[in-house]
Amino acid sequence: MRSALTLRNIVTAALVIGLVLLPLYVALTGDRFVLILFTRIVILAMAAVSLNLILGYAGMMSFGHAAFLGLGGYTTAILSFEGVHSGFLQWPAAIAVSALFALAVGALSLRTRGVYFIMITLAFAQMAYYMASGMARYGGDDGLSLESRSTFAGLLNLSNKTTFYYVCLALLLGTILLVWRLTNSRFGMVLQGVRSNESRMSAIGYPTFRYKLTAFVIAGTLCGLAGALIANHTDFVSPSMMFWTRSGDLIVMVVLGGMGTLFGPVFGALALLFLEQFLPTLINMAVRPFNPAGAAKAGEYWQLVLGPLLLFIVLFARGGIDGLLKKLGGKHSSHE
Amino acid sequence: MTLFIEQCLNGLQFGLLLFLLAAGLTLVFGIMDLVNLAHGSLYMLGAYFAATFAAWTGSFLLGAVLALVATLIVGMVLEVVAMRRLYGRDHLDHVLGTFGLILFFDEGVRLIWGPGGLSLPVPSWLNRSIEILPGIQYSAYRFAIIVVTLAVAAFLYILVMRTRIGMLIRAGASNREMVGALGVNIKLLYTLVFGLGAALAGLAGLMQAPILTVQIGMGENIVILAFVITVIGGIGSIRGALVAALLVGFIDTLGRAFFPQILVELLGRQAGSTAAPALSSMLIYILMAVILVVKPQGLFSANSR
Amino acid sequence: MSKRKTDPILQVENLQKRFGGIIATDDLSLNVAAGELHAIIGPNGAGKTTLIAQLSGQFKPDSGRIYFAGDDITALAPYKRSSLGLARSFQITSLFLDLSVLDNVALAVQAHAGHSFHFWKNARKEDALRIPARAALERAGLIGRADWPAAALSHGEHRQLELAMALAGEPRMLLLDEPMAGLGPEESARMVAMLRALKAELTILLVEHDMEAVFALADRITVLVYGRVIASGTPNEIRANAQVREAYLGEAEVAHV
Repeated sequence: MRSALTLRNIVTAALVIGLVLLPLYVALTGDRFVLILFTRIVILAMAAVSLNLILGYAGMMSFGHAAFLGLGGYTTAILSFEGVHSGFLQWPAAIAVSALFALAVGALSLRTRGVYFIMITLAFAQMAYYMASGMARYGGDDGLSLESRSTFAGLLNLSNKTTFYYVCLALLLGTILLVWRLTNSRFGMVLQGVRSNESRMSAIGYPTFRYKLTAFVIAGTLCGLAGALIANHTDFVSPSMMFWTRSGDLIVMVVLGGMGTLFGPVFGALALLFLEQFLPTLINMAVRPFNPAGAAKAGEYWQLVLGPLLLFIVLFARGGIDGLLKKLGGKHSSHE
Repeated sequence: MTLFIEQCLNGLQFGLLLFLLAAGLTLVFGIMDLVNLAHGSLYMLGAYFAATFAAWTGSFLLGAVLALVATLIVGMVLEVVAMRRLYGRDHLDHVLGTFGLILFFDEGVRLIWGPGGLSLPVPSWLNRSIEILPGIQYSAYRFAIIVVTLAVAAFLYILVMRTRIGMLIRAGASNREMVGALGVNIKLLYTLVFGLGAALAGLAGLMQAPILTVQIGMGENIVILAFVITVIGGIGSIRGALVAALLVGFIDTLGRAFFPQILVELLGRQAGSTAAPALSSMLIYILMAVILVVKPQGLFSANSR
Repeated sequence: MSKRKTDPILQVENLQKRFGGIIATDDLSLNVAAGELHAIIGPNGAGKTTLIAQLSGQFKPDSGRIYFAGDDITALAPYKRSSLGLARSFQITSLFLDLSVLDNVALAVQAHAGHSFHFWKNARKEDALRIPARAALERAGLIGRADWPAAALSHGEHRQLELAMALAGEPRMLLLDEPMAGLGPEESARMVAMLRALKAELTILLVEHDMEAVFALADRITVLVYGRVIASGTPNEIRANAQVREAYLGEAEVAHV
């Protein structure tokens, strides 16, 4: 029996409402930092949702997804550098470049399987990384600053932090809506069949390659758009946003939140960035009673806790946050 | 010509060094079916240990031996505490779990040694040039690396092909159940294999330390190269790892040395010198993509998994 | 389209398949009439599974021809055969374990419903997929488990699900490779009852070790030994055939005890 009022649904609804109302809180408290943090969370959540489409739903273990963030970001920044400031040109260009890259990478990578697929997607992302490092005109290793944020013919002013936040949030929710429809469509059923048992899918007559490639291109394109947002958010792009550990971060978000679930990656992005932001403080507080002098210093080493935490999640909590909410809310919603 | 030969030797030296990393990776990959991203952390630890122990003892050699033992121990402890729990799980779990370990090791090193990085000087008795061919001078230290890695490669070959433990390793790669059924303590075998891989990575790290600086994150770049090599060579194949490591070593070194000139000739000074750094860094990844497109299982696939 | 019951729907002519020096299928010819349940029996290593694999397209024969409903399908890819109406169920069950039982069958229906580049409409609410899927589950006696995850089913139920997936494409003929293997007596009896109901609706080629089931179900039986047909006829003719008794039934009787 499915009930709408599961713990999981309540928390998800609370999350969405919270995200929508956040600028109100910011207006009341004047805490600009929270708005900036959450804009970043929302953008990375969008990238994670796009990765989840191929990783969570189709079982394609892509280890180069951050390349699309970089491609979208660089397309935006380069156009800006060359004097094209209109978002109506920049963003479609970012989408087109990512889509083309995804098409080429996907067409070559999807011939391989398993570890080989993990490594070849990673290799292509490293290529994009070195390509960006080598573009002397656009800053090379040092990266490139945006002269101004994307303009939308006076319709939107992205320099206004609240406006920009809402643009990002709208695109995140749009992406989630799209992924929701996709994964429940015939196309999505094929993807889930591929994740579950690809050889059986081929045996009953599905040409799986073209479905996987389509999913790969959709995911890359969505992530490219998130890249255009992140360039606007930081007013800066650099090769490091494509380094392989950034792709690792995106995978962490997806798994931490819950693979193959609609809102899982959003929880994952929220959790990872929160840990990054607040784990130092937590450690600081935990150490203070024992060693007041060393507490501040101990807080700096938050990754010492995060690393084993990841391993722990992999070993004992594979469902991620979404799975945890499902479990805590009882077993009566056994299937999606 | 002299420059070319010197660069070839550099390519050989770098390739053999990469082989040390890739051999451990491909053993662990092939036998335990484990993707260990944290392999680069062991390389980093090898370098840090060597720098520390060499400073304590005042001897490069003694420091190196102690560092080797220390990485071996860290590797075996790591296997017992964490890696063992990852066997039999899917590759995504491996990637995530070992990604977490990278964070842990990077931060742990920062806690112990600080963020600044260390340096390990080339020992004075190797800090000179030797005439390896008539009229051709070459760094004695780099030449020593070539000799040591070749010796290790020979040792690995004998270990895997000629000894009982090597037989178990080869059998384990192709038939896990059989080795278990033979009454071999497979847990211990796995711990030893992982420790061996760790020691090889540590050796690579400590030998590279005097050439580069010892710093946090030094493993992150090179572990990806090592993965590229295992994948090009075919997972689980030591021979494939050797061939691919030399290929990558030569292409990377010679590419960086000569590719820019070639590009300038082809594209003209302006375009050539702009594109060169990026393209020469990308060469090996292009190589890998081409090889995988043609042979999706790598050059020497040990078992067609 | 109306065909007499005796028209052969499947014709196999002079099929030959070698693996190295071993002849797995030796100049094998076989006719299966539309509407009959035709059983293939034979001792281990007689080449039954190899035959099924060639009929379903998994292996290519070295020589010989296979006709299905008049079309030469010798070189056709497996899934094209299934879209012509020749479905197979797998001996080793290979399901979508993390999907629901109904989703498993719906995927099989969808495979026959043209391309799947439909991105927006909810496939789990599409009557065009769900109604035939439910019907196939009904026929396989598994409708009560429609919403279970496939992983939660018993071994016998997995077989039924395999059958339902084979039925999902509305095939004219089913190739069944040892559907009783590994089933308990109760599950076997259920499977026999189901096959008896199914044989009224479509042609079935059954490879099976369970002699009791074979003799209870088959209209005709073909006996293979070393890749050759040594006899073909009604169950009574096969029982009476001296060559079969010598080559095969002795062993089967031992197996019965």
